[in-house]
Amino acid sequence: MKVKEIVRILDARILCGEDMQEYTVEKAFASDLMSDVLMLADDNVLLITGLVNMQTIRTAEMSDILCVVLARNKKASREMIDLARDGGIILIECRYSVYQTCGLLYREGLKPIF
Amino acid sequence: MRIVVPGRVETHILSGMTERMHFEHNIVGGDFTRAGYASSQVKKALKTLDVDMAIIKRTVVATYEAEVNVVAHACNGMMIVDIDGSTIQVVIQDEGPGIEDVEQAMVEGFSTASSEVREMGFGAGMGLSNMKKNADSLHIESEPGKGTKVEILMALDGREEVRSKK
Repeated sequence: MKVKEIVRILDARILCGEDMQEYTVEKAFASDLMSDVLMLADDNVLLITGLVNMQTIRTAEMSDILCVVLARNKKASREMIDLARDGGIILIECRYSVYQTCGLLYREGLKPIF
Repeated sequence: MRIVVPGRVETHILSGMTERMHFEHNIVGGDFTRAGYASSQVKKALKTLDVDMAIIKRTVVATYEAEVNVVAHACNGMMIVDIDGSTIQVVIQDEGPGIEDVEQAMVEGFSTASSEVREMGFGAGMGLSNMKKNADSLHIESEPGKGTKVEILMALDGREEVRSKK
């Protein structure tokens, strides 16, 4: 699923990485526990999370996750946006809960990792 | 006041072909805003050396887990990275409480992390086992009350070589 479709489905806002909307994610994973995210070996993964701090972005960077959706209407700090931009990570804010976010994307065909 | 010393980077070209890189980064205990900075520098360095992406990911996931542990538990620490033509060696050492029982700490789910660490998305007792999963070779030495030294070895040309070196 392309990032631009994710943005449309979630009626979301891109904070950085606007020029990478053609990037395609193959699967999605939702977690507020970064330790679980770091266990993933898959590539081209979308991370959906309600955990909003610098380590959310660092975890994505280390895991080669290029697109992160911040759910529950959480707001990223300026430092988070700068770090994401520096790491080539597309950062998206959306007003839906994690459950709703996952449901909407799943219904449109985005598969889970497991 | 906490002072962060920027990392020192030295690059040498050996025998015209093999690049050798050495750098060190301070890790400040308790400073979660900067946790991951050292591992990020490792990732950037490995990318410039054209290391295989899968090896880069395994390396930096392991070093990041170790870095988060230093920030979560220790007063301060250091990440020392040496890259040559065949291996990546990362040593993360800290001045901290140490680990009483390394074998017990390796068990998935065992954690002594504070609620602050858990709020940052860590502390579920999976860091050490994930480091072991990702590293080609992992060696941990710890002295309670003094500190911990973690050595991560990665092979640039296949896991078995590094494992047999140990």
